[in-house]
Amino acid sequence: MKRIKRILERTIESILTVSGAVTSIAILLIVIFLFKEGLGLFKSPSVEKGYSLYVNSKNTVNDLDVEDVKHIFDSEVENWKDLGGSDQEIKIFRFEEIFNIYSDEELGKDYSLLPEKLGEVIIENPNIIAYLPQQYAPTDIQGVKALPSKDISIGDFFGGREWMPTSTPSPLFGVLPLILGTLIVSIIAILIALPLGLGVAIYLSELAGERTRKLMKPTIELLAGIPSVVYGFFGLVVLVPIVQKVFGLSVGETAFTGSLILAIMALPTIITVAEDALRNTPRDMREASLALGATQWQTIYKVVIPYSASGISAAVVLGIGRAMGETMAVLMVTGNAAVIPHSVFEPVRTIPATIAAELGEAPAGGAHYQSLFLLGCILFIITMIVSITAEVISKKQSNKGV
Amino acid sequence: MKKIILTSLALLTITLSLNAQRIKGSDTVLPLSQKEAESYKKANPKSTVSVTGGGSGVGLSALLAGTTDIAQASRKIKFDEKQKLQEGGKTAKEVIIAYDALAVVVHPSNKVTKLTRQQLEGIFTGKINNWKELGGENLKIVPYSRETSSGTYEFFKEHVLKNKNYMNGIMSMPATGAIVQSVSQTKGAIGYIGLAYLNKSVRAVSVSYDSGKTYIEPSVANAKNKTYPVVRPLYYYYELKSQAKVKPFIDYVLSTAGQKIVSEVGFVPIK
Repeated sequence: MKRIKRILERTIESILTVSGAVTSIAILLIVIFLFKEGLGLFKSPSVEKGYSLYVNSKNTVNDLDVEDVKHIFDSEVENWKDLGGSDQEIKIFRFEEIFNIYSDEELGKDYSLLPEKLGEVIIENPNIIAYLPQQYAPTDIQGVKALPSKDISIGDFFGGREWMPTSTPSPLFGVLPLILGTLIVSIIAILIALPLGLGVAIYLSELAGERTRKLMKPTIELLAGIPSVVYGFFGLVVLVPIVQKVFGLSVGETAFTGSLILAIMALPTIITVAEDALRNTPRDMREASLALGATQWQTIYKVVIPYSASGISAAVVLGIGRAMGETMAVLMVTGNAAVIPHSVFEPVRTIPATIAAELGEAPAGGAHYQSLFLLGCILFIITMIVSITAEVISKKQSNKGV
Repeated sequence: MKKIILTSLALLTITLSLNAQRIKGSDTVLPLSQKEAESYKKANPKSTVSVTGGGSGVGLSALLAGTTDIAQASRKIKFDEKQKLQEGGKTAKEVIIAYDALAVVVHPSNKVTKLTRQQLEGIFTGKINNWKELGGENLKIVPYSRETSSGTYEFFKEHVLKNKNYMNGIMSMPATGAIVQSVSQTKGAIGYIGLAYLNKSVRAVSVSYDSGKTYIEPSVANAKNKTYPVVRPLYYYYELKSQAKVKPFIDYVLSTAGQKIVSEVGFVPIK
């Protein structure tokens, strides 16, 4: 009998160890996967994979950077002169256009004549820039010149100000507006939610009567159970017009609206965790403080809060985490415009919203897909920094205090 | 006893999956396919049709992977998708099942009632940014677009913007419903939506594709008689080998009864 009990205990112990190990390995694997997929971006060419840009070999322009390519295909630059070439208008040629000139039959079986025909088009037009798949590229034909394609650089990614991942031929992956958007929305959300949340937590644990507490706590916890899409919908229909009217804006979908919604969503987490921490202060300590003649407010301020500092910082971290990672609600109310915000009353695009909105249709393994994973890495690093900072702060406080 | 139940269950699933057809792809076509599938099932109680969304690209890659029988798409198959199918030894057959007209909508209080394609291009690429320039009041233009994963986004970019990029930092909304909501509560707003989503909270503008000679109002009738220019076909793609399996359903969609559902859902029938 005793032996069976021992074996049972052993098994439970090993199950617990294994589950711990599995969790750690799973987290590690997720992180490795995230970074592996993400870092592949810097090995991707700046022009869409499998495609290249071709010009007539008489053209003196040998090299175009990503911005130039975008300007050409948006018809913002219309003359080769502006790019250091000769004075002639730029003619844009996209691959699909060949099918308007020749029918499928004329291009031969399995498109065997396609490279030849494409070559002809390029030779006929000295001012052309053609965007073609490498598979059918007229590479061996005299008179056609391929523009060299560079890899996407780290500087372009982190320093770029434009996020246009589906722009062809050269997608722009500038994450600066997205990082700033995420930070501005989360910081303001926390600035709103933290004082409010801590206030409610202190009220509930120290000041409120038993009946109020019993009524309020479940109500607040109920807030955490509302799906985020519902919050988003509420934000779009109710908060957006209010923000627009109160501040007299032309658009109601702003960073501030997003922050408001996030603050409401982060409140239950902050309140519940902080209140639990405050209530964990031993009765002896409170009574000792009161016995020494401290008022109730002095007791709260000097004894209860310092004692539960680490619990409160946990509440802060969880609240920030909730705000940073929240996707659906933000996607619906911030307008999702990828511009660097100059004030809180402008539309912004956050990292989670970008990932959620774009991953569905980004071809697996492509540059767009990898850039979204890299965004995930950035988000991961930001939240890690936040939690480490909170840890450090709470440690410092507990050394200094009580 | 248990065994008998299990085997009969297994047999049942096998027979079901033989008749089952899977449709996957565009979210624009999704409501139509669902309605068609429902009434098809009513007419043929033995058959099953399952419909899922995900986006046109998702549907076509599922067709390549063989995880769907029909790919529904709100855009034409891309050249490299066709290429990949060919490499996999598959031939995609294309059927146009309906047309969808895109309406350009503004806030009901907006005085501008008609726009040319060039003006629309200017607005959505960021070159025109005040309604004053278009004969309206002095108000900033706020263009709303769909997210990049949407087939509607691609179509509008190709046909109205002539492949130019949208302005940097355009407002992009996750769903057509969200565009309607936002345009209805923002005075300077302009957006594009499927005709089926048009309601009284926003106002559609007439569009001209011939530099302002004729302006056509978006309506099912105008889309049907081909005068309204911003119209796109909706497609079903299937593999040649599974033709026998999918043919009855596609024939049903193209039949009079099927096309009646097309108009009910708010799309334009092909005939």
